[in-house]
Amino acid sequence: MSTFLPSPRLLRSLLPAFSLTVILIAIFYLQPRAMSYFGLNLLLNLALPIAFATLAQMCVITVNDLDLGIGAFVGFVACVGATWLNEAPLLGAAVLLLCILAYAALGALIHLRNLPSIVVTLGMSFFWLGLALLVLPTPGGKAPDWVRAAMTFKAPGLPATIYASALVAFVVHLALMRSSYGTVLRGVGGNPRSVARAGWSILKAKMTMYALAGFFGVLSGISLIGLTTSADANIALRYTLLSIAGVILGGGEFVGGRISPVGAVLGAMTLTLAGSFLSFLKISPDWQIGAQGAILIIVLALRVVINRTGAK
Amino acid sequence: MIRSKLKVLSLGVAIGLTAWSQMAVADTSDKKIALSNNYAGNSWRQAMLNSWEKITSQAVKDGIVSSADAFTTAENQVTEQAAQIQNMILQGYDAIVINAASPDALNGAVEEACSAGIKVISFDGIVTAPCAWRIAIDFKQMGKEQLIYLAKHMPDGGNLLEIRGLAGVFVDDEISAGIHEGVAENPQFKIVGSVHGDWAQDVAQKAVAGILPSLPEITGVVTQGGDGYGAAQAFKAADRPTPLIIMGNRQDELKWWKEQKDANGYKTMSVSIAPGVSTLAFWVAQQILDGADVPKELVVPFLRVDQDDLEEKLAGTEVGSVANVEYSLDDAKKVIAGE
Repeated sequence: MSTFLPSPRLLRSLLPAFSLTVILIAIFYLQPRAMSYFGLNLLLNLALPIAFATLAQMCVITVNDLDLGIGAFVGFVACVGATWLNEAPLLGAAVLLLCILAYAALGALIHLRNLPSIVVTLGMSFFWLGLALLVLPTPGGKAPDWVRAAMTFKAPGLPATIYASALVAFVVHLALMRSSYGTVLRGVGGNPRSVARAGWSILKAKMTMYALAGFFGVLSGISLIGLTTSADANIALRYTLLSIAGVILGGGEFVGGRISPVGAVLGAMTLTLAGSFLSFLKISPDWQIGAQGAILIIVLALRVVINRTGAK
Repeated sequence: MIRSKLKVLSLGVAIGLTAWSQMAVADTSDKKIALSNNYAGNSWRQAMLNSWEKITSQAVKDGIVSSADAFTTAENQVTEQAAQIQNMILQGYDAIVINAASPDALNGAVEEACSAGIKVISFDGIVTAPCAWRIAIDFKQMGKEQLIYLAKHMPDGGNLLEIRGLAGVFVDDEISAGIHEGVAENPQFKIVGSVHGDWAQDVAQKAVAGILPSLPEITGVVTQGGDGYGAAQAFKAADRPTPLIIMGNRQDELKWWKEQKDANGYKTMSVSIAPGVSTLAFWVAQQILDGADVPKELVVPFLRVDQDDLEEKLAGTEVGSVANVEYSLDDAKKVIAGE
């Protein structure tokens, strides 16, 4: 009997795509106008920065850590992008590079001193927010023209966001899920001791993943100001929790090593669309956060059901 | 030959245009207006939403517009409000009235709305995108007004305590700048302490109580609204003489003022923005859709309560709310004409 059912593993990896499709169909039903190039673009263009932030979070979750500072970090990058990167591109680029190195150093610190990542990154979130306020005390600044041009680029056929998300998901999938070093990196999250016994440096792996997280955080901040045209130190505080929800919605787990880059990108999109879906339903804002939570719970409950059938 | 043909053509276009503009003045009964609001977590915003609901539901009933829905983002975040505005574009609204989370960071979404032919009108928390209308409040003047009052009633001057709003918000910077400008013009006053009260009585009370022991005698407290009552409580708890505290039109503040006035003839003034400014924005949006020629920058007066009209204003203010006025179409026309 069970042989006719697709394997739970396959079902599990299809779940993010399934939830995205369901929500997309619901939106098209409620608002047929959304079923166009213009509509999809409006619905999804803010998903790209969230997708990048989600990938950043995923990198940290891969090595069995959690990043509570990613939202503030993205906000800081946005502030740098709207000020230095615009006025003095070299300085701006150098600062952003430093940011990535700082993230790598953070990974090293957490590993070497054996500190809980939650505490360190939560502390860092105040550091980033403070820096962002120093760079841009009041909202403003201006996104560099090339960033604006890239983010408003009208691709043929489908909105550019979709191509970009697909490309990023594919590349990260290849790097983490298909390459041999990617397997090692995931192993560091799953079973660090055996990876270390096999002769791999855990320090190096953690630094790599944190640097990657910093890199995606930078992409998130830059793509965000490309859409908003200017920055605000508080612009992305929401991203911290959204990115965690995106990873989990996309099939990742807090237990290290179990991740899915494609799922994470789909999860980020689902979360973005869930907001639009609720506002098309004209649900009162008092209920919206709750409703968003309900969507998360439904998807996660489905996953538990699938896991249970797998265990039987 | 060709030239005369062109002339005829341009004449035709001109006639067509006048006919079109005349038609445009006719009707907004099929137009949809949306309110994009970034925050609803205090009494001022609640009163603002109530005013909007009250005035627009009547306007919809009267057939002036077809709908006027209010949307509030749950978390007061720029990215969330940008998504909300993009959703409104998709929902086919003709005009979007915005109280914005950030003056600059929503410009991307606002420009998208403009290029879709949607009129964008911002008020209170305005947006800087050139294609949008702004109904701005002269917050700087609101700060300065307090010093003008103090200078008139306390010619000898004295020490002032400044209660500021939420750090990093532009309204806070503007009011504070106005206060400091007023102090510079009236050097008999000196600001000896400054705390952030976040426009909330409990926060203000805690902050003032914290700084009071380190301060010399205070003759006046300059405020931003929503903090006067908390300040008064802090002075009382510290057993210090109550200075002249400028109020901010909240019901609890006006009530406290009335009690003091009856008990010992306490004198002060109260100033803030009427939350009903949302209804002004609604009528301005309606006028723009109607084809009226509206300048992009409008200024709305703030609402001031004085010793004489305190009873009247207090009676008209619900418990837990803010002194308010709702605007009518005629008021909007006056503001548009710059009167």
